[in-house]
Amino acid sequence: MMNNAELTLTLEPAADTRRPLALTPGEDLRGYIASHLGRAVLFLITLTSVLAVVLILLFVIVRSLGFLSGYSIIEFLGGLDWRPTADSPVFGSLAILVGSLYVSSAALVFAVPVGILAAVFLSDVLSWRARNLVKPVVEILAAIPSVAYGFFAVLVLAPWMQKHFGFSTGTNALNASLILAFMALPTIISVAEDSISALGRELREASYSCGATRMETMLKVIIPAAHSGIIAAVVLGMMRAIGETMVVWMASGNATQIPHPWWDVSQSIRTMTATIAGEMGEAPEGSQHRGALFAIGVLLLILTFGLNLVSEYFLSRAKKAAGRS
Amino acid sequence: MKRVVVGMMVAALAMGAAVKAETLQIDGSTTVGPVADAFAEYFKSIQPDLAITVKKTGSGDGAAALIDGRCDIATMSRFMKTEEFEKAVANKVLPVAHVVAMDGVCVAVHPSNPVKALTSAQVRDIYMGKITNWSQVGGSNTPIVVISRDTSSGTYETFESLVMKKAAMAAGVEYVNANPQAQSRVRTTPGAIGYVGLGFLEGVKALSIDGVTPTRSTVASGTYPVSRPLFLFTNGYPKLGSITHKFVTFYLTEKGQELVEAKGYVPLTNY
Repeated sequence: MMNNAELTLTLEPAADTRRPLALTPGEDLRGYIASHLGRAVLFLITLTSVLAVVLILLFVIVRSLGFLSGYSIIEFLGGLDWRPTADSPVFGSLAILVGSLYVSSAALVFAVPVGILAAVFLSDVLSWRARNLVKPVVEILAAIPSVAYGFFAVLVLAPWMQKHFGFSTGTNALNASLILAFMALPTIISVAEDSISALGRELREASYSCGATRMETMLKVIIPAAHSGIIAAVVLGMMRAIGETMVVWMASGNATQIPHPWWDVSQSIRTMTATIAGEMGEAPEGSQHRGALFAIGVLLLILTFGLNLVSEYFLSRAKKAAGRS
Repeated sequence: MKRVVVGMMVAALAMGAAVKAETLQIDGSTTVGPVADAFAEYFKSIQPDLAITVKKTGSGDGAAALIDGRCDIATMSRFMKTEEFEKAVANKVLPVAHVVAMDGVCVAVHPSNPVKALTSAQVRDIYMGKITNWSQVGGSNTPIVVISRDTSSGTYETFESLVMKKAAMAAGVEYVNANPQAQSRVRTTPGAIGYVGLGFLEGVKALSIDGVTPTRSTVASGTYPVSRPLFLFTNGYPKLGSITHKFVTFYLTEKGQELVEAKGYVPLTNY
């Protein structure tokens, strides 16, 4: 009896297969309206994020126009002096632009070798189970609030550098770059590891069968084959570093200068993000100062959009490469 | 259906009116913010249904909010600028200043620094980059690490107008974004010089300027060269007996003066 009931149940069709898939509006008006309404709602939801990007871009550009039309662009882009509250204010953003590029490049010098080696280690050396334990822990680094990093930079790293390196000031380019390197690491490791493990078994086995050692396989086969994904990882890491605000505002010292000589990382430096965050609150509405800060925002947007395009390009190449192998 | 909608609208209006009578929007300076916070807390403890919000985004934001009618009281660590006044009057807002307390901006160095006193001209030269080593002002042979508050803080503006006399600071000056941060940088850096509010002197050494040591009485009387009043701005003089009026005159009461002192500022009146 029991068995019979089960049998009849399994024989029931899962869905009403007699109903045609698409009905004309005349046959099924409610279904027609529901499907189109659902489509429209989903479209609007997707559109909001696109719209947000466009509106932010427009907003920042529009707010900077007043300043850009009334101030010499050459002086803005090429000037080294940033004196926004002086009686005759000067808005030269070159030192600030260089500062941003300086700390984020220096951060990459620390983060890229460490990040790539860690990614290779995670994907090719560590056992699968250990990898699944370690990778989430690495990603937790990204979840630590930046203000916590900032406090560490000011209260621990800065005095430590003064004591052990003999620097006269501990809040400097080196401090900011080291902290930024830590913040960029999870991005770099995570993206690079994904692209390295996506390469597949065949490549590695082919290399081993030719007599290559594990190190040769990693350095000469795996890393070159995954280079698109690794470059994308590095660019994403750079974006993380260049857009970071709180840490550089606290750790870099914010002196408006280009280090001289250029490799002297013990000097204080100022970035675009820190300048905007630090000065926006007191820049009077409608003033030249506020416009200048928005103009810096435009510069920053151009920079990050450019980097974003580069990373998209390499990520899509990495996907294609992974698809082929 | 219609009756329900009308009923809801009436209820919403009534609620809106009730809320409106009991709210106080305060916006402005990070320096005056703690005083406003302490006042607000005390007001709420006697009148729990009162809704006071205190925003601390900067004196400039406070002025902008008062001009746009977004707040009832703007807290400011400087007087309103001419442009702000012009904009306010054009918006039919008439800013009235109430001084709630005095604040001293102290020049501070590391406790191990032998230098005890500087003239304001020497401090200016240090910030302009003309003096770069402590030995030039009678100290040990240590390079000076110059620390300033960010250019948007009220403390910076006070320091700039009272000490710098509008002279430009050197490019190598470091900027920090809060009093406690300036304090901790000076406390941990042997060659540092910085300036902080009177309430942030723990662990650092305050220098006497032009022969006057910053203390409660020298700041309150204004004999200390770097002292300044802290303001609350309202649109016109507040209606007598209103909550705004009570708030801006609260500093005159004993409790108000206690709270001002607890926040590290100097009360205007003696009790």
